[in-house]
Amino acid sequence: MKNRYLLITLVTLIVLSFVITACGPTAEPAPAPAPVEEEEVAAPAECTNYVLVPKNLGNPYFDTGNTGAQEAAGELGITVLYQGSATADASEQITLLNSLIAQQVCGLAISANDSDALVPTGQAAMDAGIAVVTWDSAIAPAGRDLHINQAELEGIGRVQIEMASRLAGDDGGQIAILSATSTAPNQNAWIEVMEEVLTEAEYANLELVEVVYGDDDDTKSYNEAQALFTKYPDLKVIIAPTTVGIAASARAVTDADLIGQVFVTGLGTPNQMREYVKNGSSPEFALWNPADLAYLSVYAMHALAIGEIEAQAGATFTAGRLGQYTVQDDPDLGLNVLLGMPFVYDGDNIDDFDW
Amino acid sequence: MTSSTIPEKRSDTLISDRPIRKSFLSIFLKWEWFLFVLILVVFFINTRLSPFFLNAANLSRTSSDFMEIGLMMLPMVLIIITGNIDLSVASNMGMSASFMGLLHNMGVNIWVAALAGLTLGTLGGVLNGYLVAKVKLPALVVTLGTFAFFRGIAFGFLGDQAARNYPSAFTYFGQGRVFNTLIPFSVVLFSVLAVLFGVVLHRTTIGRYLYTIGNNEQAAKYSGVPVDRIKFLLFIVSGFMSALAGLILAARFGSTRPDNGTGLELAVITAAVLGGLDINGGKGSMYGATLALLLIGLLRFGMGLLNIQSQVQSMVIGLLLIISILIPHIGQQITFTRHIKLRWKTILAILAMVAVFAAFFVFFFWSRAPIIARF
Repeated sequence: MKNRYLLITLVTLIVLSFVITACGPTAEPAPAPAPVEEEEVAAPAECTNYVLVPKNLGNPYFDTGNTGAQEAAGELGITVLYQGSATADASEQITLLNSLIAQQVCGLAISANDSDALVPTGQAAMDAGIAVVTWDSAIAPAGRDLHINQAELEGIGRVQIEMASRLAGDDGGQIAILSATSTAPNQNAWIEVMEEVLTEAEYANLELVEVVYGDDDDTKSYNEAQALFTKYPDLKVIIAPTTVGIAASARAVTDADLIGQVFVTGLGTPNQMREYVKNGSSPEFALWNPADLAYLSVYAMHALAIGEIEAQAGATFTAGRLGQYTVQDDPDLGLNVLLGMPFVYDGDNIDDFDW
Repeated sequence: MTSSTIPEKRSDTLISDRPIRKSFLSIFLKWEWFLFVLILVVFFINTRLSPFFLNAANLSRTSSDFMEIGLMMLPMVLIIITGNIDLSVASNMGMSASFMGLLHNMGVNIWVAALAGLTLGTLGGVLNGYLVAKVKLPALVVTLGTFAFFRGIAFGFLGDQAARNYPSAFTYFGQGRVFNTLIPFSVVLFSVLAVLFGVVLHRTTIGRYLYTIGNNEQAAKYSGVPVDRIKFLLFIVSGFMSALAGLILAARFGSTRPDNGTGLELAVITAAVLGGLDINGGKGSMYGATLALLLIGLLRFGMGLLNIQSQVQSMVIGLLLIISILIPHIGQQITFTRHIKLRWKTILAILAMVAVFAAFFVFFFWSRAPIIARF
């Protein structure tokens, strides 16, 4: 009895699966195999299929980047697929990259979850003739052709201390940093710069009390910010060099009724921070434009893939509306292209931006 | 004479559903066969939908992505069969690899460092085993504790630093291929160990003991099975295998960071349960678990080639997992009913399952269409 029904169920499922498999692609006319084959044929002749890989999906920062990438794709007449792992995790990203390498795409623009762990994968991609650029967060130089650098470490670190100093006022006071994960390479580099800038005489009245990590998780960041209020009643400024952390901190300040007492600054996006700029919890913050960054990345990746430039210092290319760029060599960063200086958003200009 | 035949007959009727006359078809009713068929289906779909699927180099590159999960899954299968669980495997892996990385950064020879990593991982297993088998604390709670504890230690070792520049003789374990073929070393290592673990589970007395413990620990104890010693041993083996997986991961990445492998324990348990293991213990096989790992790997890779978004990929694996526990559940329901007529509940359950299965495929095709259409 048991066997019979189980058997019926299993047979039903198996038949069903085969039926659906057989019908699936034919039922929906074009979408399934056609574009893939087309890409395969087109790949060697002229490069048209590229992939923009964020650290993870569902992150507004990277989604904004994608709008810039699609703009560039439209101008260049290429397709840029936006594909990322579900969580910001190196192993997951490697699995994803392997499936992209297998598809013989022309170029990958990657925001790396781990600068070292992705080196072997990046090398495999380059060995397969794929142009590899990194954006936002670099793979170590051995694992990519170029890095598209959003801002110089120095500039981004310094601008955050400048803002903190303005917000703390003439008397200065205690400041704290709420970062992403403790292993996030760019956040750590910025924090190092900030610590260095703080030693300058001009900022002697600012005291960095603690660096805490919100792991780019909204709830955790919010809780870490609250913990900071309790631990340091005199805290003046929280610097959050991450888009998740700054919004969570500003919300924590708002919820705790500490507006005017504790200020939040750091790196955020206009749409996400508009409310907090207006209510005074975060009067100013900085960021480059991720859409511009991805826009530039797509241009650089395409230039590499079609052989317009070689991955070497001094090579120049034009990136649409952003103008001309030169590949430069840096002892730490390797070959890179610099986007420009970070931009400070405040109450006067925030309504000019919508992303 | 008569007194001995009567109870025999009684027991015969009591468990009448047990296939005394084993029909030929009943062999194929095992979950393992269902997995096998699913693997064929997935293989068929993938080959049909992507020109890049049947490519030895691609399959080779992607297979090594799943070997750390596999290595940790082997002892996990044994542990789950005894009705326990080890949630600390991925953290232990991070801890061992970080310790090795720390020693490497300090200039210690890589092999000495690797050995030290393995030792530390094994010690982690000893801690778990001691608390579970000797102090008699529930495995779920103990390993939930060490899950956080080991990861904390990993961050203690390396902090926000990374260990890198491992010699190529070491990275061979994660990136190398055997004898100029396309088969990754880690796949060979996993296969050999899978056979070894399979033999222990299915061909030795210890293996029988594991099922006995899983079915009824008290009964096993009273019938002379060294329950505590076996549980202790299992957690030690699990610790060792986690450390080994950590080394393979470090070799594949060519570097170590303390957050390496975060969340992998769930992938490990998913593969084991999808393989037909009963989370309450006493049921399941090594074949099933290995097939499930293969299925997950093929599914993930195939969906990756079709550019299906990662969240959707996770949903597919999740649905599959639910189906995997739903089918035996329905089977059980039918067994207990012991009537020929189908009950409403059973019919509903079967319909629900078919619906879930259909949704699975509809989703499969729906999810990739807009992605391709958009660009």
